[in-house]
Amino acid sequence: MSEPDAEIVQFDNVGLRYGTEKEVLTDISFTLYPGRFYFLTGASGAGKTSLLKLLYLAQRPSRGLIRMFGTDAITLSRERLPGFRRRLGVVFQDFRLVQHLSAFDNVALPLRVAGVSEREILKPVTEMLDWVGLADRSHARPPTLSGGEQQRVAIARAVIARPDMLVADEPTGNVDPDMAMKLLQLFESLNRLGTTVVVATHDVHLIRKVPESLIMRLDKGRLSDPTGALRYPPRRTTPSFDDPPLGFVLR
Amino acid sequence: MNAAALFGSLKGEADSESTLLPDPRMGSPMPWVIAIVIALTVIAAASGLALRNAAARADADLVGGVTVQIVSAAPADRNHQADAALAVLEHAPGVIDARHVAQSELDALLEPWLGTRPGDTIDGLPIPALIDLRLDGPATPARVSALRARIAAVAPAARVDAQSGWLTPVFRAIGTLQWLAGGLIALLAMATIAAVVLSARNALVTHRQTIEIVHMLGGTDPQIARVFQRTAAMDAAIGGSLGLCTGAIAIIILGRQFSALGSGMVAGAALGLTDWLMIVSIPLAGVALAVLTARLTVLSALRRML
Repeated sequence: MSEPDAEIVQFDNVGLRYGTEKEVLTDISFTLYPGRFYFLTGASGAGKTSLLKLLYLAQRPSRGLIRMFGTDAITLSRERLPGFRRRLGVVFQDFRLVQHLSAFDNVALPLRVAGVSEREILKPVTEMLDWVGLADRSHARPPTLSGGEQQRVAIARAVIARPDMLVADEPTGNVDPDMAMKLLQLFESLNRLGTTVVVATHDVHLIRKVPESLIMRLDKGRLSDPTGALRYPPRRTTPSFDDPPLGFVLR
Repeated sequence: MNAAALFGSLKGEADSESTLLPDPRMGSPMPWVIAIVIALTVIAAASGLALRNAAARADADLVGGVTVQIVSAAPADRNHQADAALAVLEHAPGVIDARHVAQSELDALLEPWLGTRPGDTIDGLPIPALIDLRLDGPATPARVSALRARIAAVAPAARVDAQSGWLTPVFRAIGTLQWLAGGLIALLAMATIAAVVLSARNALVTHRQTIEIVHMLGGTDPQIARVFQRTAAMDAAIGGSLGLCTGAIAIIILGRQFSALGSGMVAGAALGLTDWLMIVSIPLAGVALAVLTARLTVLSALRRML
């Protein structure tokens, strides 16, 4: 067995509680490696969203250690936090689109935050919107988009800057099966380009579509490892020429 | 390529940041509040400057002035002592001019109070004889005492006073009014700060969700703060311009009314070019204050967010 790559995320005995309530996550320990595809499963209320919040640095744990990209993420200074967040792509369960901005501007937001010029933004955002089937809705604002369309905008926004790690919370929950497959294909392509993908879902069919994926299962705030994903990361795969339009994106 | 996208591409990198957040308009009353504050500040500053000018002009006129009064009921003795005192004072050290104030001048000075009409005579009144002295420097108490001692022998009924001393209460009042104007300006600056802080906090609450999203996407606190700074600057610039115009109109109207009084002291209060430049800089200071306040408020609030 080959030596595993340097870890991209390491959780060590992490616990999370909100206020004085009992812990929603208990003794979470795992390691994520670059270029792997992970599914995070578990029943509703198992703590998937809470774990993802820790992953995309929206929440600090109550205890334990978290290392991301080789750095202690808990004691990370406020000035360095944006740099880390720019290495992450996040698809929120509730989309979190900016309501006053068009689909185009929502997708362009990570690039603008990164200081990319308007001239360089136009082409990738237009192509990405075209790829998720929203080219003709680029000027539409979120309130005028359907749930599925909003979800596609959210996914386009998450992947536009080609993050090192993509974290998606129920990313196919509001789209039809065809679009779900297409989005999954986008995630796989991104994964083949080297992005670590973590998808929280309880859609078994979705998990089966990615046979090489590794599964983490949460049960009442505790993590189990049914596929050995956390101990035996599989080999890295290579990108194909059928990839969606990710070649243009940053980094 | 659609038109909006094309337009967006032409706007350039500088505009990228402005689209990070929807326009965080701090509230439509903001320019009006700032306009009122700036107008009041302009009027208060102009008043302070005018008072300073008036005091400076009066002080320059009176600083070396000394008045000698010969207080005697007997006209002959009064004139005799006045002539003797004048003869001594003309040769006193430091005196550059000495003049016996003519009776006609005294009559003119007294006319507003005594109501003298043509044909009336005030010769019977025991009005003191006056000698107006001009010294080569400030009429300090020591110099006034020396002059008093010098003429004591020839004019025992003489009273010697520095002219500036008579206006000391006026200068004190002007100084108090200047401090009052300064205090008003400070209070108005604090009112501006309070208005901007409240508006910024309100805008932060309104756009909290968007700010969280921008944070999650890697937006930095200074990036977000700059969006609010721009809005504060725009509000302050619009309000400041309105306030300056309003205040300037009020100053001009008040200036014309005061100049119509024809009083020498009021005439000295006229605003000069430097004064007007200072007044015009008030809205600029308002913009700078609003921007700085917005930045500090937003950064402080953002630090409480993860």
